[in-house]
Amino acid sequence: MLRISQADYDLIRWEAERRYPLECCGILLGTAYVGCREVSLTVMCENAGLDPQRRYSILPEQLIATLKLARSRHENIIGFYHSHPDRDPHFSPTDLAEANYFQHSYVITGVRQGRAMGTESFVLTGSEEDRQFEPEEIRITSRRTPLPRLVNHAE
Amino acid sequence: MLNSDEILRYSRHLIMPEVGVAGQEKLKAARVLCVGAGGLGSPLALYLSAAGVGTLGLVDFDVVDPSNLHRQVIHHTSDVGRSKLVSASEKIAAINPFVNVKTFETRLTSENALQIFSDFDIIVDGTDNFPTRFLVNDACVMLGKPNVYGSIFRFEGQASVFAASKGPCYRCLYPEPPPPGSVPSCAEGGVLGILPGLVGIIQATETIKLILGEGEPLIGRLLLVDALAMRFREVKLRKDPDCAVCGNHPTITKLIDYEEFCGMRGPEKPVSNGAPEISVEELKRRLDAKDDLFILDVREPNEFQICNLNGHLIPLNDLPKRLNELDPDKEMIVHCRSGVRSAKAVEFLRQSGFPKAKNLAGGILAWADRIDPKVPKY
Repeated sequence: MLRISQADYDLIRWEAERRYPLECCGILLGTAYVGCREVSLTVMCENAGLDPQRRYSILPEQLIATLKLARSRHENIIGFYHSHPDRDPHFSPTDLAEANYFQHSYVITGVRQGRAMGTESFVLTGSEEDRQFEPEEIRITSRRTPLPRLVNHAE
Repeated sequence: MLNSDEILRYSRHLIMPEVGVAGQEKLKAARVLCVGAGGLGSPLALYLSAAGVGTLGLVDFDVVDPSNLHRQVIHHTSDVGRSKLVSASEKIAAINPFVNVKTFETRLTSENALQIFSDFDIIVDGTDNFPTRFLVNDACVMLGKPNVYGSIFRFEGQASVFAASKGPCYRCLYPEPPPPGSVPSCAEGGVLGILPGLVGIIQATETIKLILGEGEPLIGRLLLVDALAMRFREVKLRKDPDCAVCGNHPTITKLIDYEEFCGMRGPEKPVSNGAPEISVEELKRRLDAKDDLFILDVREPNEFQICNLNGHLIPLNDLPKRLNELDPDKEMIVHCRSGVRSAKAVEFLRQSGFPKAKNLAGGILAWADRIDPKVPKY
């Protein structure tokens, strides 16, 4: 399950609309618990993909900077988000092939004619040789309400 | 209006189209407050005064310590023991007598922050502790004043401009303070002497840009400085709609008790977790009596090289995997520099089957102060 505040959920959907017809992309910071990840901050990134209408790419420097920010907050990167202009919020074969962070959430927002439609989340599971995206529930919370800390991969 | 001496002094500014006479007059009319006259405050005060900021406020209550000198370049060796504000004011006057320096020799508190800030246009955060950083942020949000932020640790630094009317504030980035003791201060973890110069000058640059209204301010951007790799990275920041102080429904509408908020009794007081303690005087007495004590030093090897009490060195982070080096039946006195890390070590040891572990209150600093002045303090 991915827990995300209404405010953060709205922000990534707003960004998907704002970047249309290009794909937006960004990084989710927060805390990983047993069977659940909780978003505490969304960091928007420049889409450095060569074909930004159909692909997204986050620069390694951006990833390092965000990781440093996460550590300074005693948190970690727990997932990524991007948009699918004029496509469904379902992962593409490229999304799966290029995903590298196992047990992280990959959130996709479908955009039709500039309007955000569905938003779905998938967890990368399996191994390098045999990877899958498993759908996960997105639970929207009214405000940020931290759970008791059980497992924090940042520690 | 600039007089002829000022025109000559600022001539390299005046010929720049982005500054010019109008910009220099804006600088002269500007009122900037630096919170802290230490590592970040030194380059800030030096460069802002040289640049011609008309009114420069300084808040600090400390005196110059020898351990400040490797980075707090506004203070000289001859200033050791003197008020930082007196020392800084003299240097500013020597650099630029046209600057009106206003000093506030006090600890910034929830009671005085709004009043002090109200006379200034821009607040520059050169603080070294979390309670004051949250206080500066909240007061700036409440007064609608930009907060030019900087922080440093070892080889890394951060800088941003928190202007809540246009972008995020510090709380949007850090809603909660870190657990007490989880983030070492510069005194505990060290800092590269040059780093506050680097970060402080970034803050000074942002301050000048805000005054001139030129360029792209660091609003909504967090600059991460890595001096070891010499890389400057950036993270885009957004205003948090749920922010407790600048969000859509703020829950903090007046200044609070920031030391309580940060889980501290006071920034100078070592964190005590209730671990059994022994005083340096008692340790000295028992060592002189040849009592069978095991001294465990949980500092880092480089600290051990500076000074030590002939203890057995196991850095705090290595302790869990090196417990086999310790005898649970032996009375163990654990120390570090100030007593903070050793208190954590004692708590861990007592939970791990070492019931005779005790913390040396005040650490090797207290030993140097009260037992052996030949032990160097660092």
